Amino acid sequence: MQPTGMLRAGGLLYARDLKLAFRRWEQVTQPVVFFLMVTTLFPLALSPESTQLRQVAAGIVWVAALLSALLALEFMFRSDYEDGTLEQLVLSGQPLWWLSLVKACAHWTVSGLPLVIISPVVAATLAVPAGAQGTVVMSLALGTGILSFLGAVGAGLTLGVRRGSVLLSLLVLPLTMPALIFGARAVDMSIMGDSPAGPLYLLAALFILSLTLGPFATSAALKVSME
Amino acid sequence: MNLSDFFYMGGYAAYLWPSYGLVLSVLIYNVWSARRAHREARRAAARRLQMEETRS
Amino acid sequence: MWTWFHKLASPPHFYRIAGLVTPWFAWPALVLILVGLYGGLVLAPVDYQQGEGFRIFYVHVPSAIMSMFVYSTMAISAGIGLIWRMKLAHAVAAASAPIGAWFTACALATGSLWGKPMWGTWWEWDARLTSELILLFLYLGFIALRSSIEDPQRADRAGAVLALVGVINLPIIHYSVVWWNSLHQGSTMFNPGAMAINMKWPALAMLLGFMLYFGAVLFVRLRAEVIRRERNATWLRQELAQ
Repeated sequence: MQPTGMLRAGGLLYARDLKLAFRRWEQVTQPVVFFLMVTTLFPLALSPESTQLRQVAAGIVWVAALLSALLALEFMFRSDYEDGTLEQLVLSGQPLWWLSLVKACAHWTVSGLPLVIISPVVAATLAVPAGAQGTVVMSLALGTGILSFLGAVGAGLTLGVRRGSVLLSLLVLPLTMPALIFGARAVDMSIMGDSPAGPLYLLAALFILSLTLGPFATSAALKVSME
Repeated sequence: MNLSDFFYMGGYAAYLWPSYGLVLSVLIYNVWSARRAHREARRAAARRLQMEETRS
Repeated sequence: MWTWFHKLASPPHFYRIAGLVTPWFAWPALVLILVGLYGGLVLAPVDYQQGEGFRIFYVHVPSAIMSMFVYSTMAISAGIGLIWRMKLAHAVAAASAPIGAWFTACALATGSLWGKPMWGTWWEWDARLTSELILLFLYLGFIALRSSIEDPQRADRAGAVLALVGVINLPIIHYSVVWWNSLHQGSTMFNPGAMAINMKWPALAMLLGFMLYFGAVLFVRLRAEVIRRERNATWLRQELAQ
């Protein structure tokens, strides 16, 4: 029997992860619901007045999206770790960095992408003008991607650790702070009417960095946790 | 420059002395903490060896 | 040469040598720090714009430089431990972390105390301050991760991966004042000619003192680590009996 090629193996893993995730539908909807709820908290707590909301909207949308995506992070490897699939993946002979990349992509599809899709609705409730919506979507697409790739490293390191989810947040949030800064700034500039190109380019650079280096760090983390 | 001028530090005393005080306290604390860690490690090891000895 | 190195890394030898070497770091450190303090508080001339308030520079800058130096030490030794599976290297990383975290906290606090009278604000989200804050979180994350994993080997290796991932923050901290023009002033220590030597020398003395201090405290912590990790009883028994 011929060994499975990388692409095919990656495709199989991706499809499997998606299938499993949609079987446990709550895992997909929970972050979205959290996102919606957290963003509605702010107009309630601060003030429903549009001009005021608009000033803080960028930050709120971004922080809420980040925290929501973080919620789903601990599940990236957990069920595979518990039922032994992860061990099979590590021993499979496929390059582990590739499998980590695929898993992170699957994770993003399931937990990051829904947030991106619903973000215009959320932004509108925070009085974000229509012209800035494009920046909201673009920046969150990059930002949630960064979180999936960097978060994978944290998820790999904290496998099987007690209270792992709190520790995971502690580890991943500092790494994603630069993305938060640039992303929120891009949305803010867009709301003000300026071009968000500068911060968006920096955000894109961070995305490429985490996409290329993240999987290697994740694979190292997985090997450490599986020893 | 007399002593009261020195403590006054041109009006910046409220910022300057806490800064120096903080850094020096941290330096002293870390020395104490490291030595304590060493002491505790020795004590724990001695206890561990004793238990192994009485067991054998 | 390698046999000497291997011998050094063996626990009983290292324990003894660390004990002998520590005073040679500790006393010069004390002298240099005292000299730096006197130089910074008394001898250094008053700054033209900032007056006496500028003297915070002499504790702030060495703390900040050390916060990065210790992280590099931590990351390099973690990398060595990961690649060559040297327990002593992992011990160096573990022992350095709390010291580095404290230096970072000092840098942030003294920076804040300096910023308020000078620029009217306790904090600004500019690139250098933010990345220094992230450095503190990286230290704390490293310490938290190590302490939450029970298996010592796995704790070592997991911490090492984390430390290496965080290394990217260091060039960001250092070059942030070059890349972005915001609140934090540009580099003075590493820029020859940015500051007169009669103002600069106490900071150099403090920095050197801090480095020797780090060495001394590190050796003491390492001795504790070595004992904690040691399973072979014989040399330990002899050592403890002394």
